[in-house]
Amino acid sequence: MNITIEYYMILSAFMFVVGIAGVLTRRNAIIVFMCIELMLNSANLTLVAFSSYLGSSVGQLFVFFVMTVAAAEAAVGLAIIIAIFRNKLTVNIDDINILKW
Amino acid sequence: MNLEVILFFVFGIIAAVSSILMITRNSAVIAALYLILNFASLAGLYLTLNAQFIAVAQVIVYAGAIMVLFLFVIMLLRPENEKKFLESNPKIKVFAFVIAGFVLLQLIYIIFFSRPSSILSKNLNSSVEAGTIESIGYILFKDYVVPFEAAGFLLLAATIGALILAKKKYD
Amino acid sequence: MRELIYLTVALPLLGFLINGIFGNRIKNEKVIGLIGSSTIGISFIVTLLAFFETLSLPTDQRQLIVSLFTWLKVGGLDVSFAYQVDQLSLVMALIVTGVGFIIHVYSIGYMHGDKSFWRFFAYLNLFIFAMMNLILADNFVLLFLGWEGVGLCSYLLIGFWYDRRFEKSTTADAAKKAFIVNRIGDFGFLLGMFLIFLTFGSLNFNEVFSRANTFSVSTATYGFIALFLFIGATGKSAQIPLYVWLPDAMAGPTPVSALIHAATMVTAGVYMVARCSIIFASAPDIMMVVAIIGIMTSFFAATIGLVQNDIKKVLAYSTVSQLGYMFLAMGVGAFGAGIFHVMTHAFFKALLFLGAGSVIHAMHEEQDIQKYGGLKRYMPHTAITFLIAALAISGIPPLSGFFSKDEILWYSYSNFGIIFWLAGVITALMTAFYMFRLYFLTFEGKERFGHNKHPHESPKVMTVPLIVLAVLSVIGGFIGIPEVFSGEHGNQFHNWLSPIFADAERKIMQFGFHTHFAEILLMVISVLVAVASIFFARYVYLKSPIIAENFSKRFAGLHKTLWNKYYVDEFYDAVIVNPIVVVSKNVFWKFTDGKIIDGLNHFIANLLDSLGASLRKFQNGIAQFYALIMVFGIAITLFWIIMSF
Repeated sequence: MNITIEYYMILSAFMFVVGIAGVLTRRNAIIVFMCIELMLNSANLTLVAFSSYLGSSVGQLFVFFVMTVAAAEAAVGLAIIIAIFRNKLTVNIDDINILKW
Repeated sequence: MNLEVILFFVFGIIAAVSSILMITRNSAVIAALYLILNFASLAGLYLTLNAQFIAVAQVIVYAGAIMVLFLFVIMLLRPENEKKFLESNPKIKVFAFVIAGFVLLQLIYIIFFSRPSSILSKNLNSSVEAGTIESIGYILFKDYVVPFEAAGFLLLAATIGALILAKKKYD
Repeated sequence: MRELIYLTVALPLLGFLINGIFGNRIKNEKVIGLIGSSTIGISFIVTLLAFFETLSLPTDQRQLIVSLFTWLKVGGLDVSFAYQVDQLSLVMALIVTGVGFIIHVYSIGYMHGDKSFWRFFAYLNLFIFAMMNLILADNFVLLFLGWEGVGLCSYLLIGFWYDRRFEKSTTADAAKKAFIVNRIGDFGFLLGMFLIFLTFGSLNFNEVFSRANTFSVSTATYGFIALFLFIGATGKSAQIPLYVWLPDAMAGPTPVSALIHAATMVTAGVYMVARCSIIFASAPDIMMVVAIIGIMTSFFAATIGLVQNDIKKVLAYSTVSQLGYMFLAMGVGAFGAGIFHVMTHAFFKALLFLGAGSVIHAMHEEQDIQKYGGLKRYMPHTAITFLIAALAISGIPPLSGFFSKDEILWYSYSNFGIIFWLAGVITALMTAFYMFRLYFLTFEGKERFGHNKHPHESPKVMTVPLIVLAVLSVIGGFIGIPEVFSGEHGNQFHNWLSPIFADAERKIMQFGFHTHFAEILLMVISVLVAVASIFFARYVYLKSPIIAENFSKRFAGLHKTLWNKYYVDEFYDAVIVNPIVVVSKNVFWKFTDGKIIDGLNHFIANLLDSLGASLRKFQNGIAQFYALIMVFGIAITLFWIIMSF
């Protein structure tokens, strides 16, 4: 049996969908963020797999930048959560519904 | 049944299982720990793909910095444990799972339909060559130096933003 | 001066605007009256000067078109605001501005003390504006503008005292009746106009009438056009079957009755028929219809007038009857005679109404002649002028009414035969009778009013107009002396108007045998009949009123029918008005408007409401929910992509 690229892609798709399900269903804002990180990682896996099978470094370079952006996003997002927590004393998403009609 | 296959299945199954476990835990800390396990298994997968630099970067940046940040915030905010999974908004949650499953099926279908493996096959030498830090660094500073600098700015902006958003208001 | 004829239209409009906008603030009645009357006075002077100028021109140069601006230019229709100054329009303009001016001056006295004094003069000026447009128009559309305008002013002025009530109705009802019945006639007029445009391709008088000579159009088409135009005329000029609004219109102030419902507006129909003489002449059957309706209306209204007790109602039916005479003249082809009668009728009918107004004022709004009597002692000026007018309308020579009425009777005889003449003479008999009944019961004999009324003569501002009109009633006939008497001069009035009617008269060519002897004989007979009638009235109402009572008791049924105006109003109500009201209320209002249209509105509103309510749930403020929808969208997009493989 040979590991072809489809295996990596399916694993990545699986992790991505799990991440989507987590984003859509969890009530805790921090866990939602973690699921977003999971989704980003699945994208990284696809990129690295293609880079390896194509023999090009560009994919891994892209992963480098994705990691950078993910780090920045995680920092800012958590800062926002802290700011919201100061006002509402909760991180339950159901209670943060100011955008309601 | 060579080492590559075994390694792939071991790391792959750990990654998949840990991701599922992560999204179903009630406690935030446990979920964070499972995510760290997921990242670690991903690092292993990168190694099977001969992506040395990325594997190391994954462990250092993701598991070492980002998750630590998450754990700090969790410990700072002490969020309450969530209720049992299907107690609140059961209809929407079921609908979300159904949609997500549907998307998964569609993605799998697209993957198999497009048959990339008929075009791509692993050439070990070029794969190893692509994963070394020299090749990444070479194109990073030669062809993609502008995005590199932009990433620097991005990080600066993120730092300042996080600082301002999270600091206490001094009256 | 003829080029300035548009001033006669513009000045009354100006008067309307000034009095209408500022009248409420001008507290001085004299100023308002001055503004209102002087605009008409100046218009009269302009018209007079234009008349003299036209008189000095040779016949073929007497028509002048003064075009102000192009109004409608669409498709094949080219209509401008243009005025046609020719013999016919000048005659009518002189009547309208002259008699109009006199009545304006009279109104200053009559409406003294009224709280809406300014509004009255504003409306009067507006009326003159519309009437001048009607008369001077050089095309059908502008004429129709004036036609509708006078109808509107009639409504406004009849309903002037809008807070007055009678036993069964209000002034508003009378005003509405006038307007609506007029509208029915206007519908006919519009159909006629459409047909004219369809047949001749234009609505300009000169173009249409010249094409009527050259185009080959079937008699049936002419018949329909003439019939529809005549229906419009019956509405405006109160002929059978659309006369019912005129007696009710007496609810308005008396100067209004004098100006609009005697001298000017009601003659608009006659004018229109005269203007379109060539069209009528090309449809001999319709001419017969016009003549028959004319004489029938004349006879019929005279019979009703015999028994009425309200002074203004008698005069109203008299007006309807005299209008019948004018249409009789039109129908037999004597267009000039008809216009002549318009002129003389304007003089003496306006005089009669103004005199009646003087009496009503003196008797403190009492209008029942059974409560008058012997007023000659208290208001001599009014009595004398009223007598002169009554003599004129009865056709006693040498007053004006004699010449015009007699000419009509003569042409009826010579063109259409003895039946028409006979009916005309009997109507003249009745006219003289009820007129003098009115005179004797009002001014002569015993006083039948209570001691609380102190009749007095009206102020000069009211009696001077009466005198002027009386003079005109006396001498106004002399310009229309028939050839029998004036020999080589011919009938001046006729000669003046003949170029207008030349084409039509050529088509008729029916001027039968014309012996001077026959004409004089018929003239003598009608005069004798009138004089006899006057003396009979004098006998009945002055010497032995018991005869009238016995007569009305013996023929109680007939008397009741006449007094109730042959129940025509009740008939119209039952057959036409009430069914329409019932259908409108139950079908159109409750069902169509209420259930269907409102139901549709409610349905759409409710639909949108419920749609909104259900869509509102998508905005619950939870970002995850939005993300769910987005993922749903991704799923659909992927599905679509897969389908396209």
